Amino acid sequence: MTQKEWNKNFAEHDRETISSSGMDLTEETRSASFLQQDNQVLFFHSLSEGVEILGTEEALEKVPRAREYYGRTFNLLGRDYPRDTIGGYFIRVAKGKTVELPIQACLFLKAQGFKQKVHNIIIVEEGAQVYLITGCSASKAADEGFHLGISEFFIQKGAYLNFTMIHSWKEDVSVKPISIALVEEGASFISNYVCLRPVREITMYPAALLEGVYARASFSSLVLSHPGSLQDIGSRVILRAKNSQAEIIARAVSLGGKVIARGHLKAENQNVKAHLECRGLILSKRGTIHAIPEMESDFRDVDMSHEAAIGKINKEEIEYLCSRGFTKEEAQSVIVRGFMDVGVLALPDLLKKEIENLEDKTLKGAF
Amino acid sequence: MLLGVKNIFVELAGKIILKDINLSIKKGQVLILFGPNGSGKTTLIRTLIGFSGYPAKSGEIIFKGQRIDNLSIEERVKQGIGIMYQHPPKIRGVKLSQIASFLSKDKSRIEELAEKLSLKEHLGRDINLDFSGGEMKRSELFQLLLQEPDLLLLDEPESGVDLENISIMGNALNEYLHQKDKSALIITHTGYILDYVKTKEGCVMIDGKLWCVGSPKEMFETIKKEGYGKCQACHDAKRVE
Repeated sequence: MTQKEWNKNFAEHDRETISSSGMDLTEETRSASFLQQDNQVLFFHSLSEGVEILGTEEALEKVPRAREYYGRTFNLLGRDYPRDTIGGYFIRVAKGKTVELPIQACLFLKAQGFKQKVHNIIIVEEGAQVYLITGCSASKAADEGFHLGISEFFIQKGAYLNFTMIHSWKEDVSVKPISIALVEEGASFISNYVCLRPVREITMYPAALLEGVYARASFSSLVLSHPGSLQDIGSRVILRAKNSQAEIIARAVSLGGKVIARGHLKAENQNVKAHLECRGLILSKRGTIHAIPEMESDFRDVDMSHEAAIGKINKEEIEYLCSRGFTKEEAQSVIVRGFMDVGVLALPDLLKKEIENLEDKTLKGAF
Repeated sequence: MLLGVKNIFVELAGKIILKDINLSIKKGQVLILFGPNGSGKTTLIRTLIGFSGYPAKSGEIIFKGQRIDNLSIEERVKQGIGIMYQHPPKIRGVKLSQIASFLSKDKSRIEELAEKLSLKEHLGRDINLDFSGGEMKRSELFQLLLQEPDLLLLDEPESGVDLENISIMGNALNEYLHQKDKSALIITHTGYILDYVKTKEGCVMIDGKLWCVGSPKEMFETIKKEGYGKCQACHDAKRVE
């Protein structure tokens, strides 16, 4: 969409919200784009050879074998999933293709009380490498909105997918992403999640199934919890194949909301390596963080560990910065900003800078 | 007089740690503070900078002619006091470069000093996280020299630092103190710093009290040979006289 079309179709505050979920409206730094508003796919196009992008319904009709992927990850784990979805994106990156610039997708809630339910399918074929950034956001008109996003990821042999999801909701929106990644031999699934704006309720527990040897999954998240928000957020990795690896890293800051930080690592084979880390900062008396790390193994030859730490800002850290001349308020802000450092996420440099800027903008004056 | 401490008492967890401390430091003067572990040296420095939990129960701290014992840490820092920690805290996500650019707007000065103290690659790292003992000390001195305080409070600046780096740090510190006519209160156990910093005054703190005052080199030699027991005996003898 040209700048003119953006300006025509979206009010300034909506454009700002869409940008705040990581969309580059100029598309200059992206290799493909997709935008859905409520249940309407507004546009999609690919600027890169080997990257196919379109709406899921259309893909199921037109793309050969697309149907084989629909629901497959859920069937593998014996789980059911909602069928009443409309839209969502279908992305396929061709075998061996390295896509330099990220693909972007945006799911936008516009109408008041709208219930958006989408089903996304992402296929990264053998040896391909790609970055995908998905922004989910709500217009200020979308009171009492609801978003359900199903995502199925297929990362084939030796492929690499770096998936970044940015949530930019508002205080009366409820959200329920459900996603499963299937990671084949020697493939990597890297998931980054950022949620800095208020939301009523988020429930998500994405899972990765490492079914090929040397498969790898990494989930990192940065969550800021505003008063009145409930964020029940976890990540689960099933290490089904030998020599598979997983890492889950969560950072949560509560400004008064409730965060449940779950993590589940399940070893189903030998010689797997997995680590889970959760750190939480509670900045308000009303805030709650509940960390629930879980690890399971039937095998002895595994290397699994977890660490969790929750508390307020360490007084010694504040005084250290004060002894360099920062005021107490400045010191707190620097420490919280450091705690939410995007360095925790596994991002390419381009997105790192973008998300740093987003954080700066969103966190300015937040505490 | 730059710093004046008058009749300071400090109590921690119901126990009197500092007992009637009196000292003064002039512009350009470096005072060395010796004393056994647990004698109250670090407490004195923490009280001077104003850390919570270390308030003076009575007495006065005067800096540049003004009482500062009721000021916050950052207000004291603004007046021109700087501290080098013995054990600085690690702060995740806060880079050394961030603090450096807060302390000095002069980018080339930051680069130059980082180069001098072998800290260039540490600038982009989280402060004190996975720093070795020596790296922490160098980073502390680095920050302090960027801050350019008039009075430096140094808590064991050389402990955990290898000899080569002691020399780099000692020279950098001496250059700053000497060229800019700055003052310092330095706690030392190893005495290595005395080889680099020009000073004529030392004192010993034992059991929360300041005792002997004299030439730091002579005092250090005596302490090395005969321990702090000698200080005690000397002090008792003077009291009898």
